Amino acid sequence: MSDGLKITGVWKRYANVVALRDLTFNVRPGELFGFVGSNGAGKTTAMRVILGVLTADQGEVTWAGRPLTLDDRRRIGYMPEERGLYPRMRVAEQLVYLGRMHGLSKVEAAAATQRWTRRLGVAARSDDEVQKLSLGNQQRVQLAASLMHDPMLLVLDEPFSGLDPVAVDVMSDVLREKAAAGTPVLFSSHQLDLVERLCDRVGIIRAGEMVAVGTVDELRADGIAQLVVEAPAAPPGWASGLRGVRVIAHEDAVTVVELDAGADDQAVLRAALATGPVRSFGYRRPSLAELFRHVVSQEATS
Amino acid sequence: MNRLASATRGAAWLVASREITTRTRTRAFRFTTVAMMLAILAAILIARYTNQGPGSATVGFAPSVSTLEQQYSSLMAAVNQPVTVSTVDQTTGEQQVRDGTLDALVTGTPESLQVMVDKEVSPTLHDTLTVLARQSVLSEQISALGGDPTAVAAAVDRAGVQVVALNPPRQYQTQRLIIGVIVGILLFIALSVYGQSVAGGVVEEKSSRVVELLLSTVRPWQLMLGKVVGIGLVGLTQLVLVGGVGVVVGLSSGVLTIPPQVAAGLLVWAVVWFLLGFTIYALMFAAVGALVSRQEEVGGVAAPMMMLLAVPYILGAFVLPSHPDNTVLQALSVVPFFAPIMMMVRLALGGVPVWQVALSLLLTAATLVAMVRLTGRIYANAVLRTGGRVRVRDALRTSH
Repeated sequence: MSDGLKITGVWKRYANVVALRDLTFNVRPGELFGFVGSNGAGKTTAMRVILGVLTADQGEVTWAGRPLTLDDRRRIGYMPEERGLYPRMRVAEQLVYLGRMHGLSKVEAAAATQRWTRRLGVAARSDDEVQKLSLGNQQRVQLAASLMHDPMLLVLDEPFSGLDPVAVDVMSDVLREKAAAGTPVLFSSHQLDLVERLCDRVGIIRAGEMVAVGTVDELRADGIAQLVVEAPAAPPGWASGLRGVRVIAHEDAVTVVELDAGADDQAVLRAALATGPVRSFGYRRPSLAELFRHVVSQEATS
Repeated sequence: MNRLASATRGAAWLVASREITTRTRTRAFRFTTVAMMLAILAAILIARYTNQGPGSATVGFAPSVSTLEQQYSSLMAAVNQPVTVSTVDQTTGEQQVRDGTLDALVTGTPESLQVMVDKEVSPTLHDTLTVLARQSVLSEQISALGGDPTAVAAAVDRAGVQVVALNPPRQYQTQRLIIGVIVGILLFIALSVYGQSVAGGVVEEKSSRVVELLLSTVRPWQLMLGKVVGIGLVGLTQLVLVGGVGVVVGLSSGVLTIPPQVAAGLLVWAVVWFLLGFTIYALMFAAVGALVSRQEEVGGVAAPMMMLLAVPYILGAFVLPSHPDNTVLQALSVVPFFAPIMMMVRLALGGVPVWQVALSLLLTAATLVAMVRLTGRIYANAVLRTGGRVRVRDALRTSH
């Protein structure tokens, strides 16, 4: 696969910290890729390397199979974490300036400014200084700045932080729209429910290393399996003797157990039936947040 | 490739134009420009109304000493001091001294003069009258001895000393000394204000993280260059406006009596030295600005540069004009970081050997080239490191 963005074996070391450790993943055309990880895990560093703002010590970043040049990078839409705009510059002027820095002509930049301020609902604030806008509106202007030049790739660092629900919807719609039009979209976020809902694929980064990549379902398949059993007559500890089974919670009639790989779920069902009636029995789909916690804690203890 | 080259040059220019449009629009810029122009105009006006010398002294002579009136006038005329003399009687004269019509009233006898003044007698008048009184006595004595006072006076006048100076000191015109002081002050203000603007602008981009966005479209040196050029042009505009108004109004009001081509030449030199000095200092200000992440820290890292600027400012604007022939000062005026102010002040004073000007230009230009490389490296390595203050040593060593 040569299309889209590809990060291969990227290392980045600082004086005494390894910020990126053999980072490898790709973002395909038309795909929304969610980048999740704890604070300081290396998300921002990875994005800066993609943008060419930082140079990797090792490894490469390619677009359509060849290394990214400065000219290519001018065609990326980038949104730095928090801020990223001149606080004392007017909204429209700022967008025109940033559009021109990305290679638009004066006329094109003015047209794009109008289009995106309208689309994102900040057209009325065009002549205000950025610092006079609310944080949510600043974020919208920030998004407009990354979309001005019809980018071939979108790289957004925490685009959803600090947004109200309406703004979250606007932002999600625009990202889906760009992806549907074939633009790869890479964004980081701590709002895992949002990532789960929005993204085609997710990458979990821990200490500079990509520890899991795939669709949320694929991640679930690799992860832990939890059984939820509703057996009203079951006494506490009814399942503790079973091999490869751990009781996570037991509350009233409902017991949640975790199965190790290879453990027999039917043995759990038999044990439950032995205590009396079983009203429900089934696997629970762990949320991305749970998967994330599991992956991160697993790596940390290993 | 050619297209890319022109595109990157365009990017630096785009950065510069943003600085120009956003900065010239600010109230601060307009206010300081107008304020500096007014200061220059005020200085010219003050010079115009105070520069008519001490004014013409009015001295009244009582009838008893009226013989001295003529001698006094011609003596003062010989030393280019305008005076108005009159003969008045004692009572009227005293009244006139009281109401200020007369500066002094001379009474008594030619051998024993009395002067009446309001508060104190001017040293010139005191000395002149002393000479006149002694001359009267001398003439009388010569006559008494049978000689001819006029012949003796003529003989005395002929005697004198002729001086042969092997290294005559240059005569500096007061006016050019004043211009030197003003130029030194203006250059210092322009260099320090706009230099600090560069540091502040770099930190603004860094603290707002705009720099990340910009560096994904241009190289660090283009961003740095664009900023320095943009802010430099704003400063230059202000300097030329203020200096131009000063020269034009000074010449047309007659306060400046130096030849117009000399005045125009000085303005051109001021532009040259501003450009050289500003670029060197602005590059350093940009580099130290990149070391910190918060506006409040700018003052701290900019302090060494401000001190470096203060040396040529104090020496150039305040010491040089009174000691233009001092060898140490002349040597310092050739040193790159000092030359933009000190050599400019010397050029305003006049009489600088061509080789010294050429040497200072050459050394300053060489320093500029070195600064471009050094500061470009510091800036590129430090500008993306947010958080604490980056040490210069680290910024020079590591490369991203």
